[in-house]
Amino acid sequence: MGFGLLSLLTWLPVAGGVVVLLLGDRGIKAGRWVALATAVVAFGASIPLWTGFNPDTFDYQFVERVPWIPALHSTYFFGVDGISMPLILLTTLITIPVIVAAWTVIEQRPAQYFAAFLIMEGLMVGVFSAADALLFYFFWEAMLIPMFLIIGVWGGPRRVYATLKFFLYTFLGSVFMLVALIYMYMQTTSAGQGDYSIAAFQALPLGAVEQKWIFFAFLLAFAVKVPMVPVHTWLPDAHVEAPTGGSVVLAAIMLKMGGYGFLRFSLPITPDASREFDWLIILLSLIAVVYIGFVALVQTDMKKLIAYSSIAHMGFVTLGAFLTYDIVAATGKLQGATMGLSGAMVQMISHGLISGALFLCVGVMYDRVHSREISAYGGVVNTMPKFAAFMVLFALANSGLPGTSGFVGEFLVILASFNANFWYAFLAGTTLILGAAYTLWLVKRVIFGAVANHHVAELTDLNAREFIILALLAVGVLLLGVWPAPLTHVMESTLQHLVQQISASKLPL
Amino acid sequence: MNTATAFTWASLQPALPEIYLTAAICVLLLADVFFGQRRRGLAPTLTLLILVGGAFVTGEYANVSERILLFGDSYVTDPLAVLLKLFGFLTIALALLYSRGYLERRGMMRGEYYVLALTALLGIFVMVSANSLLTVYIGVELMSLSLYAMVAFDRESGIAAESAMKYFVLGAIASGMLLYGMSLIYGLTGTLRFDELAAIPPGVPSLGVILGLVFIVVAIAFKFGAVPFHMWVPDVYTGAPTGVTLFLSTVPKIASFAFAFRLLAQGMGSIATTWQDMLTPLAVLSMVFGNIIAIAQSSLKRMLAYSAIGNVGFILLGFVAGGEKGYEAALYYTIAYVIMTLGSFGVLTLASRAGFEAEDLDQFKGLHKRDPLLALVMMILMFSTAGVPPFIGFWAKFNIFQALWLTDHYWLIVIAAAMSVVGVFYYLRVVKLMYFDPPGDLPEGSASGVAVRAVLALNAAAVLVLGLVPNALIQLCAGVIG
Repeated sequence: MGFGLLSLLTWLPVAGGVVVLLLGDRGIKAGRWVALATAVVAFGASIPLWTGFNPDTFDYQFVERVPWIPALHSTYFFGVDGISMPLILLTTLITIPVIVAAWTVIEQRPAQYFAAFLIMEGLMVGVFSAADALLFYFFWEAMLIPMFLIIGVWGGPRRVYATLKFFLYTFLGSVFMLVALIYMYMQTTSAGQGDYSIAAFQALPLGAVEQKWIFFAFLLAFAVKVPMVPVHTWLPDAHVEAPTGGSVVLAAIMLKMGGYGFLRFSLPITPDASREFDWLIILLSLIAVVYIGFVALVQTDMKKLIAYSSIAHMGFVTLGAFLTYDIVAATGKLQGATMGLSGAMVQMISHGLISGALFLCVGVMYDRVHSREISAYGGVVNTMPKFAAFMVLFALANSGLPGTSGFVGEFLVILASFNANFWYAFLAGTTLILGAAYTLWLVKRVIFGAVANHHVAELTDLNAREFIILALLAVGVLLLGVWPAPLTHVMESTLQHLVQQISASKLPL
Repeated sequence: MNTATAFTWASLQPALPEIYLTAAICVLLLADVFFGQRRRGLAPTLTLLILVGGAFVTGEYANVSERILLFGDSYVTDPLAVLLKLFGFLTIALALLYSRGYLERRGMMRGEYYVLALTALLGIFVMVSANSLLTVYIGVELMSLSLYAMVAFDRESGIAAESAMKYFVLGAIASGMLLYGMSLIYGLTGTLRFDELAAIPPGVPSLGVILGLVFIVVAIAFKFGAVPFHMWVPDVYTGAPTGVTLFLSTVPKIASFAFAFRLLAQGMGSIATTWQDMLTPLAVLSMVFGNIIAIAQSSLKRMLAYSAIGNVGFILLGFVAGGEKGYEAALYYTIAYVIMTLGSFGVLTLASRAGFEAEDLDQFKGLHKRDPLLALVMMILMFSTAGVPPFIGFWAKFNIFQALWLTDHYWLIVIAAAMSVVGVFYYLRVVKLMYFDPPGDLPEGSASGVAVRAVLALNAAAVLVLGLVPNALIQLCAGVIG
């Protein structure tokens, strides 16, 4: 099977990025439009993934497979299933507001800015599309380069520290994953046919000791990316220093790769080690939900607050994913176990939209006042009523208000944890209070009240450009909130298959 | 084989690269003596033509498909030799091309420099094709003596003379070690030929052989610049004029690989575990020291010197892993490293100009603003050397990891992985300086010609393309080793 839609979605943005780069800062007027056109076309081209998707099978769809490195038995193997398809759509969608938000705001080296985001979009789609482990790793690492530059060139005052920390943390995590991947490839080789495809790895019989090592190698890579406590410290730094677009992509998509990695690699490849250490992941997830929730409460910097809130929300993703074993053990049935997983998936998509939108909101204010301190604002609703409406909506969604997408994911995970253990559910449930506390308190201090100072008094409301991108995301948040069925429907078979994979032990009895 | 047979064309043909190169060196020497004073561009241009012609001759007439022994079986040629010779022609052509403007501005563009470069190449070819201890030794000396002279070529520079002296004295000691080790091995086995040495019974060799091996390994480690025999590397890299460092950091690496491969892997293959045990600490120490000390450098040349030491550790790991896969990985790593280093020292050479040596890290601040092309090329090379996909450096490290897995060297994998993370830090710092920092009061614009810059851009493009589609080179390496 030759090249197809997924290759287009991967390489079109990269090509668009190169064109923008070649047009340069002098041709930035044309460059902007090329960037926007590329992003819009890529999003348009990704819609057939949704409409043409067959939800009744867990097999890879839109498959492309051509030889890449025959010497290593690695193929250029693309395909999507119910887990990766929504994430690809999220990626192509989020890139549009990122491009639009930077339209005139980025004054320094704008061509490179747009190019970096487009190239990164392509690489991120590649990560989600790759069905070959080596190809996956290839995109997974390559993606760090544009992000490193984005934070380092257009970031805040401590950008160099933040971007080096970001790169080194993620690189350290990934190197050991690579070592594990090579090991598994060699196992497939000794089993006869050398193969780097993820499916071959999932089918690989692995002993208990091997699984443990591989599990921890993966954990290092994915925990850093999610990020989980205690390797989360790069995220607040990176978020605070990154330009608005960088924060949006980081929160909306990059963090999801950690969750995706758990679902695609850790759980199906090392089911027994995952079962053995699920308490560890659950513990770390609950710490993220509760402890990081408190940490978020005391932040004085808006971006930092949202960054911590991201860590807490991603705790739900890992919690939902690793609850499966306890649910199966508690109920003895496989059916109920998909609930935690679909909660994790919905949470990823929803958090992508909400956190992206919140960072855009902060960006809107930052562009006007050039401060991210909460104390620099107050009473913004008086001068920016339209903006305030959006900000309040996203804040409520972030705290999990029913009717918004934030509710669906959290609700599913909490519901699933009741099946597993009451105390899990109890602790996870505290997010409804903590999340509401830190988000609403933020809104109260920034949006409501009397006009705090002359900066706020001079604010101008959203322009058309900003209005459109926030409205776009608001529609997504509400749509997913009131009608999540289409999303849960497409991933149902895939998740059922996943539950079967992870509950079947690879160990000899 | 009857050594008394008169030489015929057919029997000489496989050695054509060396014969051609020797003749060409004489021609160049004469041409320079008679016309060099009037036409200053003669030597570089003629050298380039010689190299192109040499690559053609090698590819067309000396391209063997199997192993052939010549000259009393002391000379060998095989597909590996052909590959390394062709790559040698390419490397030296690029190295001389990048440094041409640099040499011209410093009054070093004289015929002798190019003659020395070609004799160094001849020495490398002899090492690549050596099948006896003496042939290797001749090759090593021919190459080293040319290099000593090249380092000292800038007569005005005291520091260059000092480094040349250091290089020479330490190099002479290493040569002595090599000879001593060889004499022990010869005395105990009664043969100089690698194919006969390969018949040493496997298992634990006699103490005398081990002793001889120790001296040989030390000499190899010295030529590679592996810790603890690395002391000359930072000083010579820094002290030599940048154009010479460019040469020094690339071309001899091919020779070092051939040296180790012919002597250890082929000659001493039957007692591989013995020398692999000796190489293991050298490899680990090189990776650890090279990468960690590189962090503390403020001179880019010195940083790249320590980076070279760290990378040598990875190449040695390929030998430690051993077996076809291990040697393939080492060969691939060598080729990748040479391509990348050509580019990065090429950037240093092109960034220098009259009265301004681009050596210190601080001089690369804001290079992006002053010279976007050089900055872009350097960024690609730094990410590649750090081992980040989609560049060739990633596959180089990848192959080493894979070879180590195959031979169950678990701890070496962990150390290598950890050290590649350490390496990332200082490579990224270069990117940081070029892209994130504002330029100081450093000169703007470019002093180098369009053609050279285009070649440099192609160099960087090769690093990217070979990273995107790595199969051909991996298979090529597998083909010539297997």
